[in-house]
Amino acid sequence: MDFKGSDTVPGPRTADHLPHTAQAAVKIVIVGGFGVGKTTMVGSVSEIRPLTTEETMTQAGVGVDDNYGSETKTATTVAMDFGRISITDQLVLYLFGTPGQERFWFLWNGLFEGALGAVVLIDTRRLEVSFDVMGRLEERGVPFVVAVNSFPDGPRYPLEELRAALDLAPNIPIVECDARRRASSRDVLMTLMHFLHSLHTTGALT
Amino acid sequence: MTPPRRRRREPRERAAPEPPKPRHGDGADPAQGTTRNPERLYVLTGAVDGERANLDLVTLIVTRGDPPPATSPEQTALLRLCAAPLSVAELSAYLELPFSVVTVLLTELLTAELVQARAPIVRQALPDRSLLEAVMHGLQRL
Repeated sequence: MDFKGSDTVPGPRTADHLPHTAQAAVKIVIVGGFGVGKTTMVGSVSEIRPLTTEETMTQAGVGVDDNYGSETKTATTVAMDFGRISITDQLVLYLFGTPGQERFWFLWNGLFEGALGAVVLIDTRRLEVSFDVMGRLEERGVPFVVAVNSFPDGPRYPLEELRAALDLAPNIPIVECDARRRASSRDVLMTLMHFLHSLHTTGALT
Repeated sequence: MTPPRRRRREPRERAAPEPPKPRHGDGADPAQGTTRNPERLYVLTGAVDGERANLDLVTLIVTRGDPPPATSPEQTALLRLCAAPLSVAELSAYLELPFSVVTVLLTELLTAELVQARAPIVRQALPDRSLLEAVMHGLQRL
């Protein structure tokens, strides 16, 4: 690691400064398998150029990386791309997404527990790459919605068929989107917020 | 053609074991061939087992004082970056330091009262629907 010294560290552009009135932040995590468009979605709605943060994770290697045997500990650098949306002068929303290695995200303390909720992005060409992460969200009780990122060459299924294939609970929204488009990605986030709001109304979220 | 099928999972009991704490300086990742030098991280953060402030990725940090003469270059950079509020995630990104290293550096600055931390609003602590509604109104304007 080469630390560059305090004078040479690039900071945010002046236009990217948060106002001093910013009091609190919330976060939403965008998940899905490798290459389904998470980083694209973060970039399309973020008001700042997406940034990357990372953490080094260690865990017992059991069932994680077969090539290291069952007794070893493995260290993995987990990188996450994130973007930001100013909601009000006081409130900021951060969106986290990442390229690949999602099983390691769940070792990142507080990432999901503290998040308002998650968006599961799926690609109909490789539906199964999102199965594991959905199960993990369910196990942890993290509320999520499903967004189908439409690729031109992907098979098109009726949403109800996808709902059945994904074994989604009846109340979980599933919508189509184009992660490259800001308005479309914004609508996905709105779908999540409406869903969270409905959980509040029905008392499911405490 | 029919899509592959998945089986829904049930929420686990809250008593699930604590996930391992992130550790730094634990050796390079052999799978990724990283060139980072783990020794350097210990030097940078001073202590290995020191208490850490409970900081989230989206805790906002704001500078509240000028750096005393003995401040390290990394902490001087943090203080400069936080002239306007910035999340810990953004600090980690701009400084190109792992999240856990930044939290250690910030813990020292918090102890010295050189920065202020503005805690995030987390899901468990949602007081009412007004926060969700505020986010919705904000997104609507995008």
